[in-house]
Amino acid sequence: MNQPQPIHFVRQWQKPGSSRMPYWLYTDEEIYRREQERIFNGPHWNYVALSCEIPNTGDFKRSWIGERSVIVVRDESGAVNVVENRCAHRGAQFCQEHSGNRKDFICPYHQWSYDLAGNLQGVPFMRGIKGKGGMPPDFKRGDHGLTKLKVTEYNGVIFASFDHAVPDFKTFLGPTMLKYFERVFNGRQLTVLGYNRQRVPGNWKLIHENLKDCYHPGLLHTWFVNYGLWRADNESANVMDDEHRHSAMVTTRNQGGKGEATSGVSSYRENMTLNDGRFLDVETEAWWDGPTAVIQSIFPSVIMQQQINSVAVRQVIPRGPRNFDYIWTHLGFADDSPEMTQRRLRQANLFGPAGFVSVDDSEIIGLVEEGMSQNLEAESLCELGGREVADTDTHISETLIRGMYEYYRKVMEI
Amino acid sequence: MDAATRFSVQDLYTDYASCVDDTRFEAWPDFFTDECMYRIVSRENFDAGLRMSALALESKAMLQDRVYGMNDTIYHAPYLQRHVIGIPKIHSASEDSIRAEANYVVLRTKLDAFSEVFNTGRYIDTIVREGGRLKFKERICVFDGELVMNSIVYPI
Repeated sequence: MNQPQPIHFVRQWQKPGSSRMPYWLYTDEEIYRREQERIFNGPHWNYVALSCEIPNTGDFKRSWIGERSVIVVRDESGAVNVVENRCAHRGAQFCQEHSGNRKDFICPYHQWSYDLAGNLQGVPFMRGIKGKGGMPPDFKRGDHGLTKLKVTEYNGVIFASFDHAVPDFKTFLGPTMLKYFERVFNGRQLTVLGYNRQRVPGNWKLIHENLKDCYHPGLLHTWFVNYGLWRADNESANVMDDEHRHSAMVTTRNQGGKGEATSGVSSYRENMTLNDGRFLDVETEAWWDGPTAVIQSIFPSVIMQQQINSVAVRQVIPRGPRNFDYIWTHLGFADDSPEMTQRRLRQANLFGPAGFVSVDDSEIIGLVEEGMSQNLEAESLCELGGREVADTDTHISETLIRGMYEYYRKVMEI
Repeated sequence: MDAATRFSVQDLYTDYASCVDDTRFEAWPDFFTDECMYRIVSRENFDAGLRMSALALESKAMLQDRVYGMNDTIYHAPYLQRHVIGIPKIHSASEDSIRAEANYVVLRTKLDAFSEVFNTGRYIDTIVREGGRLKFKERICVFDGELVMNSIVYPI
């Protein structure tokens, strides 16, 4: 008889370091399961909502952490609770609206009801009827609430974690990342201009890579190259937290046009001029404090974008190993003038699922996923700027990607 | 509503669809007046009165910039579109303008793949007469499925 072959295995990453990523990281079902367990359910703060989306008691927003649906709700005390959207009885995902206002949550299946903190309140016929049926005498409602998450509401942004042992939010971000986070979210009142939602046919890690890859914008994106918004000759900083899981790509635009940074760059269009310049009617804002763009990747769930006057929170929701949902919440600030709001709306044409710039990225991610799935044992090459992980002041580097995978390997133990 | 108005709106819609489906994108801005509004917006934003769109172009010049983008600068995998547009519902028609709407289905066909339903929704239009032909002063494409199948490059 032949030796039985194991059908369950976790692949082993052969080479040390994080400058070569095997393609099965982006396709494998077992790896994906482990990511859900160790990363999305693990000791990390996941973005779920903004405070301004749920200002009043009973306001809720349905959100996601990894593949798990959660409800973010403001209770009678003004605190924000995050509970899993799964009835403790038979598992129904009872909340289906994006948002709304409730006094309590009732599962439609058997009408079990929960208060705004997720405590089980009512169980119909709990003691039976006519002396028959009902729950066993030792059944306690207190043991059967919704799964409650640890929550932090920081300067108008709400994060949650399934792991109650998660370190506090400031420690999680670290001082460098906190500085860039507070650059946008300093406690001032935010306004939501609207949402964009897209399903991208690629592994969720690819979007973090894309936004840690400071090398590509000056090559792939014609608009960035031509108008100097992001290219090789920008003044720049690319920095991480101590664990190297989070990052900020920081750049300061220049006048653009032809130069060293466009030599041999095929996306550069020497004769391109906009028929309507209002797309790039940029007004410098005092709070930028210099840089014209900061793209912050907060591992594993969100990317915070400020690119000229366009500000957005981009939530990342994995949908199996080969797809993710990318949810853009486009922002303004309560003290924006009508002209500034108009400017933010106009510049949003560069971003999102139909954006002049962002389409490049979501389409490329599709190509990468396809290419990787052709040979799972082959490896991604990530050696620009060396094989080490360290902050840098050049865009010609892949150090931020290596940083994320250094952390990832540690957490995943592969 | 007179039949001539009805037919002229229907002609405008079919001409628009064949222009876009035949990938004659350079001719697409000519369906609009110089000052115009073209929006592709999710029903989620539209119904909530949120101003953000997936794409919002405010002039024929912006539409021309978009054409340059889709032809020359936006990297995307090639695809074809097929519009199926319902019979327009005409809300009002005066000498100056017509307000109309119609359901649409846009099918997408990528190379090596079957045709798929890409985007469905309704057009909400304000149409004016200019130089002897009807043009869009405003075309709002309100799509139902808020989740976009990766990206929208070409006009809806």
